[in-house]
Amino acid sequence: MNAFSKTLLGFGAATMLMTTTAMAETIKVGILHSLSGTMAISETTLKDAMLMLIEEQNKKGGVNGMMLEPVVVDPASDWPLFAEKARELIEGNEVDVVFGCWTSVSRKSVLPVFEELNSILFYPVQYEGEESQRNVFYTGAAPNQQAIPAVDYLMNEEGVERWVLAGTDYVYPRTTNKILEAYLQSKGVAPEDIIINYTPFGHSDWQTIVSDIKEFGSAGKKTAVVSTINGDANVPFYKELGNQGISAEDIPVVAFSVGEEELSGLDTEPLVGHLAAWNYFMSVDTAENDAFIDSWIEFTEDEDRVTNDPMEAHYIGFNMWVKAVESVGTTDADAVIAALPGTEVPNLTGGTSIMLPNHHITKPVLVGEIQDDGQFDVVWETDGLVPGDAWSDHLPESAPLKSDWPGLNCGNYNTVTETCGGS
Amino acid sequence: MTQALRFVIALTLSIWASLASSQSLEDIILTLPDGSFEDRALVVDQIAQTGDDRALRVLEVLLSGDLHLLKSNGRMVEVYEISRDDFARDILNGEEYGEVPRRGATKVRVNNALRRDIRTAIGVMTLQHPDPDRRLAAAEAAFKSPDPDQTDILRAALEAETEANVREAMAEALAVVTLQSGEGTLDNQLAAVAILQDRGDTEARTILVPLMDSETPELATAATDAIERIDQIQRLWGLAQNIWFGLSLGSVLLLAAIGLAITFGVMGVINMAHGELVMLGAYTTFFVQEIIRNSFPGLFDWSLLIAAPLAFVIAGGVGVAIERGCVRFLYGRPLETLLATWGISLILQQTVRSIFGPNNREVGNPSWMSGAFEVGQMTITYNRLWILLFALAVFAVLLIILKRTPLGLQMRAVTQNRAMAANMGIRTGWVDAMTFGLGAGIAGLAGVALSQIDNVSPNLGQSYIVDSFMVVVFGGAGNIWGTLAGAFTLGIVNKFLEPWTGAVLAKILVLVAIILFIQKRPRGLFAVRGRAVDQ
Repeated sequence: MNAFSKTLLGFGAATMLMTTTAMAETIKVGILHSLSGTMAISETTLKDAMLMLIEEQNKKGGVNGMMLEPVVVDPASDWPLFAEKARELIEGNEVDVVFGCWTSVSRKSVLPVFEELNSILFYPVQYEGEESQRNVFYTGAAPNQQAIPAVDYLMNEEGVERWVLAGTDYVYPRTTNKILEAYLQSKGVAPEDIIINYTPFGHSDWQTIVSDIKEFGSAGKKTAVVSTINGDANVPFYKELGNQGISAEDIPVVAFSVGEEELSGLDTEPLVGHLAAWNYFMSVDTAENDAFIDSWIEFTEDEDRVTNDPMEAHYIGFNMWVKAVESVGTTDADAVIAALPGTEVPNLTGGTSIMLPNHHITKPVLVGEIQDDGQFDVVWETDGLVPGDAWSDHLPESAPLKSDWPGLNCGNYNTVTETCGGS
Repeated sequence: MTQALRFVIALTLSIWASLASSQSLEDIILTLPDGSFEDRALVVDQIAQTGDDRALRVLEVLLSGDLHLLKSNGRMVEVYEISRDDFARDILNGEEYGEVPRRGATKVRVNNALRRDIRTAIGVMTLQHPDPDRRLAAAEAAFKSPDPDQTDILRAALEAETEANVREAMAEALAVVTLQSGEGTLDNQLAAVAILQDRGDTEARTILVPLMDSETPELATAATDAIERIDQIQRLWGLAQNIWFGLSLGSVLLLAAIGLAITFGVMGVINMAHGELVMLGAYTTFFVQEIIRNSFPGLFDWSLLIAAPLAFVIAGGVGVAIERGCVRFLYGRPLETLLATWGISLILQQTVRSIFGPNNREVGNPSWMSGAFEVGQMTITYNRLWILLFALAVFAVLLIILKRTPLGLQMRAVTQNRAMAANMGIRTGWVDAMTFGLGAGIAGLAGVALSQIDNVSPNLGQSYIVDSFMVVVFGGAGNIWGTLAGAFTLGIVNKFLEPWTGAVLAKILVLVAIILFIQKRPRGLFAVRGRAVDQ
């Protein structure tokens, strides 16, 4: 080999090296939210929120001196497609972290992919619990951070004795209602004072159910509806309540899936006083929240855009990830997964959320009443932050389970048999 | 006599009120923003007891959630909105403070329990209000939250009352107070039970239930009898209510399906984009309302009447475009038509999503479509009633078009024998386009109505497409009377199953029943000859 070809080779190698460094100069962040199909209504907002967070982080100089690059894919509300798109993100686009999913079934669909390819998923939506995965960080509420405190509020402050548990027919409402039923009965509510009702997705004819609720509520005991009705079906449900003249003063409805976003398609005048339980409301009066809302309105260039709870969850999750990556100085999945538990970041309601060993976070629980401007007024909140509990204590099969990734390297450790149940 | 009595009562009330509280209204309302909801409830009582003329206004504004503390000058103000900007006016002296900046005022928060207290307080203050509607509302508030302290005020108000329906409401309120306080003679109590039995609704029943265990045997028997009587009435009304629900669900099905009865039933085109045409109608309504809201707020009650013809034209136009641009090349190839129209439905959905965003859009109910009225023990909501009437009207108009107009004649001719019709000089291509356009336009009309009860989102159409096909197939393709019968049958069957089986199972059972029915009668309830049959 002569000198010339050596130089050429060396030059070639140098160029190759340079391109690789240039490519490594961005950190890729995957966004896995449906932009079409039924769930687009909720998930598109989260995609926008992530883009905003990434843009702001880049203005601050990125992470570890590298810019963040969002990679957006559209799983089109199609659950198996979620798994394919997740694989495409991790293998094809080589993203270091994914923020995504809304429905539990989409999360369940991507779990094996994240486990196999050892990547990280931040899941921002309130869910039914009963899960803790090494590769997943749950920044939405577990049932003990939403459903149970809301029921406590109704029981103690409104004196509710009869309960209608109404939900859409899928895994989240069914599991939540199972937990709530066990919890209510443990509090001395008689089985005949609880009715459970399921409706299909997108149910639009609520006449019979609302009139049943009205009748159930006229037995001389204060009655409330606990609603796990999801998405689109809520609008006709609330319209029917308003039209049949059920006011919140007679039978309050507390909802776990209705936020500012859902109310924005609705005349809220007849709904004033109905409740929702979340960990964040747009109306919360803190400096952090003001700043967040201002940048959101600026980013979307729309005065009327609202913020909601899953957006805050992404805000917390994103900041936790940034902090963890900065603390270990790499985006390597194993290092970041190990560093995340214990990470503390401020949330938007004036507290500091911390990532727990079970991959859930601490959050305050707020109960808000719907106002005529489509916003919620906080009428009650927990004294401090509530730690998320992956395995509900109110179900016999999950009560002995606990999740502790840094300590036990196990997501479903059985404290009675002292074995790790799976994984 | 009544005038004098009213005066005496007002006098005693105001003396009693001024004794109860020495603080002025100005001082009291400033304490409203502090403390918990329970503290605020006490302040509400104090306000009610000042006897100040302005107290009623304060409480009403508080109830509606418009009472704020203005941060700039520390005054309590009423915040009101003019074209999306907030303005403040002093709650006591009415002085205008101009526009309020974002977060410039702190709202005095109310919750459900407090709202009940405020309503009761307002009730006591307005029992003798000059406006009979206010007196009626006050009597109903007293009925809902009976308070033994109100006995005298109620009795006095009842004696002074002249309007029959207000008298009745007051008598009922008084009866509840009598029963719950347990005071008065046995005759009084029995009379109260009788009044509640006449009222006959679930609320009356609620009050009577605890009396069944009364220590006075006469009272317990009377209460038991009254409850039995009420239950009987309720059962009958329950049946009527179920039929009404069924008719109303049927009308929605009819509206969704009637356009399809033409495109699929008469023409035999499997139009998967039918739901999206409905959606276009709903978005037209949204668009019209948006313009009206921003430019002509006074016309809001007319918005649906303006939207209806527009929706017909827009959806019809899109329908004609679909027919001319795509479907006409695929006649006689149902599979390709199905796939092509399904593709069109996705394109329409995503177009709307890109233009209007994926979120639900707010379509308001005009005042004549909000609320409900009672027929006996049955609640009929205005929006459902109007939709039923609208569905029947659309059906009637369609029937007239098909049977009485040249276009209808040509449509039927082309359907029955295309070649012969063409030989008679009918432009069959043009008739095809018009027929498809008519079906699509009617789908748009359905969208206007459905926007009143369902979400206006890009997914609106998907939830109706299966139901629409079900109705048309069940009723018999090609016969719009079949569609009418099919829609109402399915609606009523569904509503009678629902209380027994739950909404999910009811839907499944109906579907299974239809499948079995189609096995027996493949051409549906009313079979007819048509192009669909010839294939």
